[in-house]
Amino acid sequence: MIIPAHYFLILSAILFFIGVFGFFTRRNLVSLLISTELMLNAVDINFAVFNAYCHPGLLEGYVFAIFGIGIAAAETAVAIAIIINVYRNIHSIHIKRLRELKH
Amino acid sequence: MEFHNNLFIFSGLALFMILAAMFAVTSSRIMRAATLLLFVLFGTAGLYFMLHYTFLGAVQITVYAGGIVVLFIFAILLIGKGSIDITHTSKLRYLAGLLSALSGAVITIYLIDSTAFDATHFMGKDVPMKSLGLAIMGTDRYNYILPFEVLSILLLACTVGAILIARKK
Repeated sequence: MIIPAHYFLILSAILFFIGVFGFFTRRNLVSLLISTELMLNAVDINFAVFNAYCHPGLLEGYVFAIFGIGIAAAETAVAIAIIINVYRNIHSIHIKRLRELKH
Repeated sequence: MEFHNNLFIFSGLALFMILAAMFAVTSSRIMRAATLLLFVLFGTAGLYFMLHYTFLGAVQITVYAGGIVVLFIFAILLIGKGSIDITHTSKLRYLAGLLSALSGAVITIYLIDSTAFDATHFMGKDVPMKSLGLAIMGTDRYNYILPFEVLSILLLACTVGAILIARKK
């Protein structure tokens, strides 16, 4: 016997919306990035689960989960470079103070 | 019997991941939040192992947990003082975030639960590494050489861009 696919999908939905909650409530650039990573990770779980349960002969979800992980790595590298640059300019990463970048 | 074992492992993993994710988005110290994110990523690798996608689980641990979290920790250490405390958000924003996340989760879970998709083909055996490599590097139908190359160019552009952005003037 195996675990129903619904359990995995519900778990990934819960993780995704925890990420959404963090994205709405956190006020710090690094925390926002951590919330984004939670959401991306939940999406990768969905890819793998749909591939394993609906089309086990094909490899779409598998390969795209791997590509998703690679894209997440690239996105994090650029975002962290931007965050470090912002911190160097205004000595804060609080999003309220990002306004100062305009002046 | 095996079903109960699997269910036991799955529910343990699910509980662990949900608790870690919730503390990761509410903790007031960013270093702690990054560590809890690492736990969530390890739990996700456990889920991939449960699906018998061992290569994906290994990629998850090496790239995600090993690479991205280390980047986070570097950034937090470089930022230093700015990462210690988070000023609390306003009550209204907190409630709005909670409400939208909860309603979204309820709608999504209801939709997942009420959809009867054909999910009975689970085989429970590992995908051989050879077929995976052929699928990524092949040029036929259902092969993925083009996204692979696009991703490599994206990674190169990101490396150059990150160096360009973060270097000292």
